[in-house]
Amino acid sequence: MVKKIRVLIAKPGLDGHDRGAKIVARALRDAGMEVVYTGLHQTAEQIVNTAIQEDVDVVGLSLLSGAHMTLFIDVALLLKEKQMDDVLIVGGGIIPQEDVPGLKKAGIAEVFGPGTPVEDIVSYIKKNVKR
Amino acid sequence: MVEKETIKQIREKRADWEKQKYSKAVQENPERKPKFKNLSDIEIKNLYTPIDIADLRYLKDVGFPGEEPFLRGVHPSLYRGRLWTMRQFAGFGSAEETNKRYHYLLDHGETGLSVAFDYPTLYGYDTDHPLARGEFGKCGVAISSLRDMELLFHGIPLDKITTSMTINGPAAIVWAMYIANAENQGISKEKIGGTIQNDILKEYIAQKSYIFPPEPSMRLIVDTFEYGFKNVPKWNTISISGYHIREAGSTAIQELAFTLGDGIEYVKAAMKRGLSIDDFAPRLSFFFNAHNDFFEEIAKYRAARRIWAREMKKLGAKKPRSLWMRFHTQTAGCSLTAQQPEMNIVRVTMQALAAVLGGTQSLHTNSMDEALALPSEKAVRIALRTQQIIAEESGVTDTVDPLGGSYYIEWLSSKMEEETYRYFDKVERLGGVIPAIEKGFFQREIAESAYRYQKEIDENKRIIVGVNRYKLDEEPSIPILKMDEKGEERQINRLKKLRTERDATKVQKHLQRLRKAAEGDENLMPFILDCIHSYATLGETCDVLREVFGEYKEQAIY
Repeated sequence: MVKKIRVLIAKPGLDGHDRGAKIVARALRDAGMEVVYTGLHQTAEQIVNTAIQEDVDVVGLSLLSGAHMTLFIDVALLLKEKQMDDVLIVGGGIIPQEDVPGLKKAGIAEVFGPGTPVEDIVSYIKKNVKR
Repeated sequence: MVEKETIKQIREKRADWEKQKYSKAVQENPERKPKFKNLSDIEIKNLYTPIDIADLRYLKDVGFPGEEPFLRGVHPSLYRGRLWTMRQFAGFGSAEETNKRYHYLLDHGETGLSVAFDYPTLYGYDTDHPLARGEFGKCGVAISSLRDMELLFHGIPLDKITTSMTINGPAAIVWAMYIANAENQGISKEKIGGTIQNDILKEYIAQKSYIFPPEPSMRLIVDTFEYGFKNVPKWNTISISGYHIREAGSTAIQELAFTLGDGIEYVKAAMKRGLSIDDFAPRLSFFFNAHNDFFEEIAKYRAARRIWAREMKKLGAKKPRSLWMRFHTQTAGCSLTAQQPEMNIVRVTMQALAAVLGGTQSLHTNSMDEALALPSEKAVRIALRTQQIIAEESGVTDTVDPLGGSYYIEWLSSKMEEETYRYFDKVERLGGVIPAIEKGFFQREIAESAYRYQKEIDENKRIIVGVNRYKLDEEPSIPILKMDEKGEERQINRLKKLRTERDATKVQKHLQRLRKAAEGDENLMPFILDCIHSYATLGETCDVLREVFGEYKEQAIY
């Protein structure tokens, strides 16, 4: 049997917009992945701890408040620090194009903006998951 | 509204038309879809006639603007007398930057202010709190103390301009800052006007900026109702909001039903405290979304007025004003596309038009760039000009409720009302609004609708121009708002300075008094005002209440 891809969908910081995170969580589950959703108001430490405990292959971060340049990067750095380099990190939300190169440099493999079909996210994860 | 005899004739003629004319036309040109449905999944007929509103009695069910059942509006002359308030929701960075934006908007013809706060403020944290990391000024302005409030409204006449503040968990505290700032300028409480959102139920349901559990939250809200009608009579002490429920993915009917249901819950809570309904009800206000389906939105506002008037009467309201469902509208942020963002100007125009045809009291039009970032100056000017064009050029303001009597609009208004009562019954069976929240009922209903909507778009069953049809190979880029990078540092320094300059003993004394009052059952507003006047910060004041009331945590479901 093929091992199911395990994904953590996480909401860092104080942002309460959870529509996108919930839709993506459900779509990934419907696509056969095992999905853990953190719920709201998570610190980077909480997210990384959950990622380790749940032994996930992918961390999906969602933020619509504009704090992505701080909070996404916090999570990416902490994952690296904990030797979780083989975890695929993706992000989504209200993220201007000009912020994307900085996020990628910090280790966020891909950024999905508004209007992305969920199918694109599913296939990206399937293609790029590292473990 | 039509004679029984005539209905019979129309019915026969319609059947005839369906068979002879319509079916032939469809044979030649098949319908574009197997079924035509609006955003609430209501099937739309090919034609509406008097048959569809045969049960409607004009005087009882429709009536005149300014009279029961208020379907056609709460004001007799509506926009012939006074246009709606053009009120753009704005806030970013520090108080100084946002103050500049307010002056810019007022200089360009805006007629009311609306404050967007950043996340730390919404959760009652000062800018230097660890959980505020990365969020300073990002999706609103940071207000940590009365000092910031003074800067935010610098040069703005608080006795002439009304201000709406989107604040919920710490609404009482931020309202106290506004009142204190006015008082310090010599403007008495009776003279200021505006709105605090103060609607915690929809925070649990959709927007999620809650702090305290339901019970103490409801207490704080009733405290503001009571303090308001006694001391700040021109203030709307709540804006019962469907906007965020819709943004979280609900349908128009869910937005309507959940919002009015919340409204009834607040009224009951205030009556339970012993307040008289006709004292506080005239200061209740509402806030709705304007999404893409034009007629559905118009029907929603009209139905809301009729339902509210009926329910308030059932609860014992006697004053006509207590029956008024007055509302603010914001065009749907979730309908904006990051693709070909200029097209959002067109979407916003139609959504704003629906709000005006629905009789809104005030309106915010979104800026075209808001699927990417907070609006630039140019984008917000276009959004404001959109309202001005509708108001001054389109002619839709010349008569009251111009769509009243439309077979389709009247049918749809009644249909949405019917569906709303179905939801009221469901919630009742779950034990009421708060038990339904605790069971995740609303949250699940909304998530379900959001998922269905996304699926329809992904499967090309619902077309969004520029997203799943009429796409461009290369997206045009538009300039994005740049914030002052020094803002956060300035704000933190201001906080530090404030904490050393103020009378610390006085601050502690008032915070202690607030704690004692919170442990008892007195109205907390006077105690909060004392804290704020002594320059206790938002975080310090809120922490006292957090310690007494505890914090709310939701169960994560998707």
